[in-house]
Amino acid sequence: MIRLDGVGQVFDGREGQVTALEKIDLHVRGGEFVTLIGRSGCGKSTLLRLIAGLLPPTSGAVQVAGQPVTGPRRDVSFMFQRPALLPWRSVLSNVMLPVEIDKGQGDRGKAAYRDRARQLLELVGLQGFERRLPHELSGGMQQRVSLCRSLIRDPQVMLMDEPFSALDALTRTELSEELQRIKMELSTTIVFVTHSIEEAVLLADRVVVLTPRPGRMREVVDIDIPRPRSLGQNAHLTEVAAISGRLHALLAEKESGEPGVPGEVRPVDEVRP
Amino acid sequence: MTTRRRMPKRTWLTDSPVAAVVLPIIGLAAAIGLWWGATVAFSIQPYLLPSPWDVVVKFFEQPGYLLQETGTSLLETIEGFLLAIVIGVPIALVIVRSVILERLAYPLLLMVNSIPKVAIAPLLVIWMGFGQWPKVVMVLLMCFFPIVISTAQGMKSTPTELVELMRSLNASRAQEFFKLRLRYAMPQIFTGFKVAISLAVIGSVISEFVGATKGLGYVIQQSGASADTTLAFAAITLLSVMSIVLFYALVLLEHWLLPWAQEKR
Ligand SMILES: Nc1ncnc2c1ncn2[C@@H]1O[C@H](COP(=O)(O)OP(=O)(O)O)[C@@H](O)[C@H]1O
Ligand SMILES: [Mg+2]
Repeated sequence: MIRLDGVGQVFDGREGQVTALEKIDLHVRGGEFVTLIGRSGCGKSTLLRLIAGLLPPTSGAVQVAGQPVTGPRRDVSFMFQRPALLPWRSVLSNVMLPVEIDKGQGDRGKAAYRDRARQLLELVGLQGFERRLPHELSGGMQQRVSLCRSLIRDPQVMLMDEPFSALDALTRTELSEELQRIKMELSTTIVFVTHSIEEAVLLADRVVVLTPRPGRMREVVDIDIPRPRSLGQNAHLTEVAAISGRLHALLAEKESGEPGVPGEVRPVDEVRP
Repeated sequence: MTTRRRMPKRTWLTDSPVAAVVLPIIGLAAAIGLWWGATVAFSIQPYLLPSPWDVVVKFFEQPGYLLQETGTSLLETIEGFLLAIVIGVPIALVIVRSVILERLAYPLLLMVNSIPKVAIAPLLVIWMGFGQWPKVVMVLLMCFFPIVISTAQGMKSTPTELVELMRSLNASRAQEFFKLRLRYAMPQIFTGFKVAISLAVIGSVISEFVGATKGLGYVIQQSGASADTTLAFAAITLLSVMSIVLFYALVLLEHWLLPWAQEKR
C-alpha cells in the first residue's frame, strides 16, 4: 500500500543543511498497522509528511496504492498531535470538513456523510455533542473529534503523528483501544508515529525504529501478539515485556556508547561543524 | 503550562451577564457623581464647569435641535466607518498576500496615519466643498489605519497546524482563504473595528469644526464663540453617548457573529 524507496530529505536550515531522513526503504502492506518510533527530531513527522504528499522528498520515491505521490490524496488522511479543529465550527461540522472541501468528488451524498459522521461520533462516545463548539470539549474529546474527521472519507491510509501524546494516560489508553477496534473493523492501513514504547507495542503489527541525525531505519520489529491487545490485563505479558525491552535497548543504544554496527561509519560530508 | 500565572478570581461579578451591564453603569454613575460633587463643593461657575444637572436642563431646552445635529454627526461617522471597512479590509487582504507589497505599503500607511488630521480638515473643504463629503473622508482617514493593521495582523495569525490540515485535505487556495484564514482573522478584525469606531466619532467632530453648518462639532464651535459652556457640554455628552452606543453595538455584533471567539481570552 505504501512504498518508500531510498527516500531522503534534506532541509536548508539556518545553519546549513540538515539531513532529516536518509535511505528509508519501507513497504507497508494493505491493512497493516506500522508504528514509527524514535527520539524527537529523528524525522518521524517528516516521514509522515512525505507519505501524505505535503512535502516532496529530496531523493528517492514515495508510492501509495501503486501510484507515485505528487500531492495530498483524498484516500489518505492525516491526524496531528494537536486536534487542529476549526474553533468556529461545531463538532459535527468539523467532522464534515473534509467532505465539504472535497465537494463534487464525494461518492455519496452529503446526507449520507452526515449520517456517517454521527455514527463515527457515537463510536468514539461523543453522541449528543454534535452541536458543541471545540472550546466546550476537553482535550481528549477534541482529539476524538479529530479522529472522526480523519475517518469520515473512509481513508485507505491513515497517517497519525503522535495523536495521543498530548493526552493524559487514561484517555490515551482508551483512545488506543478504540483505534485498534476501528482498525480491525475497517482494515485501514495505518502509519502511527509515537515516542511511547508502550503505545507502539499495543498498536503495531510492525515497529520501525528510527535513529536520529540523520534519520535512518535502525530496525524493524515484528509484533505477533494476537489482537485485541490491551494494557494491564494481558495474556501475553512475557512477550510484551520482551519486545518492550528490545525496543528500549534499540532506542537507547546510541546513548549508552555501544559501538555502532560495523560499516556504519559516517561519511565526512555529514559531520557538521 | 510551564509558567505559573495567577488566575484572576472568577466570581459573580466577573461572570454574570447582569454584572456585565450593571458594572459599567456604576462606573459611569460614580464619575458623574464626582463631577456633580465638585461643582457643588467648590461652587464652580457654570460658564467654567456646568453641573450635570445644568447640562441636562440645557439639553431639554432644545432637544429637537440637538438630536438633529447628533443625527448629522452619527450619519457621517457611520458612512465614513463603513467606507473605511469597504476600502481598508480588501487593501489589507491584498497586502498580506505578498511580502513585497507589504513592505511597499506600510511606510505609506504610516505616513498617512501620522498626518495630524486637524491640519488637513481645511484642505478637504477646499477639495470637496462644504457638503458632507469632506466629513465622511475625514472619518475614513481616522478609521483606515487601525482597520488595515488589525486585518493584516489577523490574516497572518493563522496557526500553521490548521494551514497544514487544509493542505492535507487538498483544499484550494480559495477554500483555505475563506474557510480558514479569513474566519480565523475575524476576532482581530473586530478589535480593529472597535478601535476605529471611537476614532470615527472624533473624526466627524474635527471635520465639523471647519466649513460646516451642521453637526455636534459645529455646535461645540459655536458655543465656544458665545461662551455657552453648558451647550458645549451638552454636545460633548451627546458625542460620548454616541461613541459608547456605537462601541457596544459592535461588541454585541461580535458576540452574535463570533460566539466562538469569546472563550479565547
Ligand atoms: N521545514 C523544515 N525546515 C528545516 N528543518 C526542518 C523542517 N522540518 C523538520 N526539520 C528538521 O528535520 C529534523 C526532523 O524533524 P521532525 O521530522 O519534525 O522530527 P520528529 O517528528 O521525529 O520529532 C529536525 O532536526 C528538524 O529540525
Ligand atoms: Mg514530530
